[in-house]
Parts: sequence; C-alpha cells; structure tokens
Amino acid sequence: MAKIECPKCGEQIETTGIVTVCPKCGADLREVVEALGHERNERMKTIVRDDSVTTHEFIVRTRGLKKIYVMGEVEVLALRDINLDVRRGEYLSIMGPSGSGKSTLFNMIGGLDKPTAGRCFIEEVDMAQLDAFELAWLRCRKIGYIFQTFNLIPVMTAIENVTLPMIFAGMGTDEMMERGRELLTLVGLGDRLDHKPYELSGGQQQRVAVARALANSPAIVLADEPTGNLDLHTGKEIIDLLKELNQASGVTVISATHDLKMIDVSDRVVHIRDGQVERIEHRHEIELEVGGMGG
Amino acid sequence: MLDVEGLVRMSRTSGEEEIKIQRQITLPWSEAIRISIRNVTIRLGRTLITSAGIVLGIAFLSSVWTGGVIQDGLQQARHEQEQELIAATARNQAESDSDETETSFTISEQERRAQSSKRIWLVVMSLLVCGVGITNAMLMSVTERFREIGTMKCLGALDSFIVRLFLIEAAALGLLGSLAGMLLGHIAMIGVFAIRERTLSVVAKMDWGRMLMYLLLCVLIGTALSLISAIAPAVRAARMRPAAALQTEI
Ligand SMILES: Nc1ncnc2c1ncn2[C@@H]1O[C@H](COP(=O)(O)OP(=O)(O)O)[C@@H](O)[C@H]1O
Ligand SMILES: [Mg+2]
Repeated sequence: MAKIECPKCGEQIETTGIVTVCPKCGADLREVVEALGHERNERMKTIVRDDSVTTHEFIVRTRGLKKIYVMGEVEVLALRDINLDVRRGEYLSIMGPSGSGKSTLFNMIGGLDKPTAGRCFIEEVDMAQLDAFELAWLRCRKIGYIFQTFNLIPVMTAIENVTLPMIFAGMGTDEMMERGRELLTLVGLGDRLDHKPYELSGGQQQRVAVARALANSPAIVLADEPTGNLDLHTGKEIIDLLKELNQASGVTVISATHDLKMIDVSDRVVHIRDGQVERIEHRHEIELEVGGMGG
Repeated sequence: MLDVEGLVRMSRTSGEEEIKIQRQITLPWSEAIRISIRNVTIRLGRTLITSAGIVLGIAFLSSVWTGGVIQDGLQQARHEQEQELIAATARNQAESDSDETETSFTISEQERRAQSSKRIWLVVMSLLVCGVGITNAMLMSVTERFREIGTMKCLGALDSFIVRLFLIEAAALGLLGSLAGMLLGHIAMIGVFAIRERTLSVVAKMDWGRMLMYLLLCVLIGTALSLISAIAPAVRAARMRPAAALQTEI
C-alpha cells in the first residue's frame, strides 16, 4: 500500500498497484504506478539483502531428520526421516494438515529445538556442532522468524520490536532507528512506528513481525503458518509481501501452511503427512493445480 | 570459502575491529536497563500485583522493627520517669529504701529479655513471609513471560541477556516494593501505638537513629531477597529451548 499523486489533477490516491486509473479525473496512472513499483523494488533490494559471504547452492539441507517427543509413558513420533534440500533464494511452502509435523520441522530448521536423530545443515554447517553463542548468532543474523501468533513483545512499540534484533547485533542507535523506520515503511507501517501491538490489527502486527524478521538482513525467513490467525484477504497480503521480498532481495522463504490458497506463490511445495514427506510439487505443477481449482 | 561457523569463530579471535563489531552478539547494560525499567513501569498494574508479596513481607518486617523501637522508646521514657520519681522520693525521705529500686529494675530486665526473644521470633517470621512472597512474585513474573523469552531467544538473545533483564527487573521491583512496604509497615505501626497511647508523642520518644537504620535494612533485605529469589527462575527460563518456551500457553 502506497500513496501516489495523480499527475493531472493532483489527487492523492492510496493504491496497492491494482488501481491504474485516477478515480477523480480518469487519467492513466500506469506509468506512475509502475515507477512506484520499480522504486519499491529497488528499495527492497538495498534494505533487505542476503549479505551472506557464502554461496552454497543449498541454504538448508536436512538428512534423516527425526523427532520424538516423550511425554511420560507416551512417545510421539513427530518427524520421521525428513530429507529436504532448500535452494538459496527459493520460496518453499510446507503443506500438511494440523499435527503433521510442520512446526516441529520449523523448529529444527530454525535451531529452536534439537532433533532426536538426523542432521540439519544451514549453509552446509551442521547445526548440532554449534554452541550456544553460535546458535544465538545464527538466530540473530541468518534467520528471521515469523509466527502464527505474531509474538511481538507486548510492551514494546512497533519500532522497538523491529530494532530489538539490531540491538543484539550491536548496531548503533541512529543506524538502528533509521533502519527500523525504513523496514516498517517497506511493510506499509511508516505511520505506525510508535504504536504498541495491541493498538494494531492482526495484519498490521504480522507486518511488524515481517519487518522484525528482516532486521538483520537474514538469509532465510522462516514462517510458521503466518496467515493462520488472519482473515483470507489480510493473509493473502502477508503472503504477497513475503513473495515480493523473496523476489526483490533473493531472501529464501520457507513457509508452513495448511491453507491451499496460500501456496500459489511457491517455487516448490513440500507436502508432509504424519512426519514424512509425502510428495514435492514444483512451480508448473502448482500453477496447473491452482488454475484447475479456479476453473 | 567461509561458512557461518568460521565467521562466528572469527569474531572471537580476529583483532580486526570492524569484523568484530559486525559479528558480535550484545546487550549493552544501558539498553538492558531501559528495557527492564520499561517492563516494570508499563505493566504497572501487573507490577503492583506481583510486588504485593514483597510489599506485604517488608511491611511486616518494618512494622515489627518499628514497633520494637517505639516500645523501647516508651520503656526508656517510663524508666526515666521512674528514676526521677525515685530520686524525688529519695530526696524527700531521709532514709531511702534501696531494695525497692532493685526489684523494679530486675523485673524490667526480665521483661526486656522476654520481649527481645519474641521480637527475634517475629523478625524471623516476617523474613519467611518475605521470602515466600518474593519468590512467588518472581516465579510469576518469569513464568507468565515464557513466550516472550522464547521470542527474544529467536531474535538472537543469549541466555545471559534473559537473566540480565530479569535480574534488573527484580532489583527494580524489589527496591520499589520494599520501599513501599517499609513505609506502609512503619506508618501503620506508628498509628497503632499512637492510638494505644492516645498521643503522637510516641514519635518523639523513639530513637530515630536506630529507626532509620532498621528502615534502611528493610529496603536492603527486600531488594536482596528479590534478586536472590529471581536468579533460579530466570536461569531456568533462560535455559529453556526456544521451541519449548514458545509453546507454553499462559
Ligand atoms: N512439545 C511437544 N510435546 C509433545 N508432543 C508434541 C509437542 N509438539 C508437537 N507435538 C506433537 O507432534 C506432532 C506434530 O506437531 P506439530 O509439529 O505441531 O504439527 P503441525 O505444526 O503440523 O500442526 C503432533 O502429533 C503433536 O501433538
Ligand atoms: Mg503448527
């Protein structure tokens, strides 16, 4: 969402890029909208960039990943033998019904929990080998997390939430505020910097979370059902934002979802069921499927 | 070719300032204090509830000590009065009865000993109340924020950052709570004695030097107890795996 000005009558118009005709004087706005889109793209490229020194083809790899939760006498086999290769710059969706192990996989890839067996590599580094400091470093700078429940710090304003990871990364205050402002503007919240989470709608909170995930220019954005608590329209906006970021800056996006409507932006869809990869769909297959759904 | 691990390792050994700054993970004390104090002030209502344990415990302790100092002051005054009376009688009568003075003195000595052991008992009791109240308060303020802790760890916080944030918060809570409790107990006890003796002169009769020392001690004990009782839950919460911390529903 951005404001543009009609070159003919000067009318201020809010647009997401869909409206290309001035509602007041009927002037053709396609050029203005296009320029805006181009400028936004450029801005994304500079603000959000994967500044990894490494250039491994696969940014995430898992081998024989297995997770068993033990609850007293009962053992829950949440993941069994997950082998997955994620390309740098890919938009990957993980599809599966509730309880299929999406969040568990998200936790393993994000270094938030340890697998019972198997290995998970981030840029070819085995996560099991990392100590506490290195794991924190990885979470701080390499991975951006987005959750279904937003998980903003409730007492902090939007910009404070976005700048928190930058504090941990040791960024200077001025640079930090500037970057926080830029990121929030990028997600369309330039005028909500000092709002607390409870003063924002669900969609807006998730946008703050997206901006926060991008704070330290991560190589990977991990999203666990980012649209789960949003209505269809707002959810779609978040997915489009993630896709836009992915295309403009090349950041790898791995997003779990159980909603078929959220997967048509994906380069690949990994279907999991009962903790196992059921099948993997590629871009053209998805397009066929979504097209088929529409018709 | 460089990898993540290599980069991180580099940050520890490299003397090059720029790389070091880029590769560190920090939480400066100034930021930590800012965050913690905001946490305490913004959730003022919540803070008051959690710190109720501290306030009550320290109010108890403060009232016990205030009561003690006031009683001592009153006794001292009474003793002086007695002495004066005896002296006056002695001046009036040629032959003074020294036995009488002895007995009255011994009784007050016994009384004082009984009182002091009762007072120690009360202080121990109130310290226990303090300890339980404060530990409970800290446990509450940590557990109700597991999710927040998990989130912070996802954003790159080290365990030590979490502990630091909670300890600063505990110190602030402890200081505020015990200041409030100290005043509450002190004023309440003065009120009780003023009503019992039907005069405010109890205030004039007490030893203010000792009183101030006890009041200061109340605040010190409250703050120290808060800090000590916050350590265990804070460390435990900080050590949780982020996934587990994020999953808790409160
Ligand atoms: N902390 C846990 N303790 C025990 N069982 C768990 C835990 N987390 C998840 N599970 C179980 O593991 C399975 C996969 O869960 P999850 O990864 O959350 O699925 P999804 O995110 O796809 O809904 C489920 O059967 C769930 O009950
Ligand atoms: Mg889930």
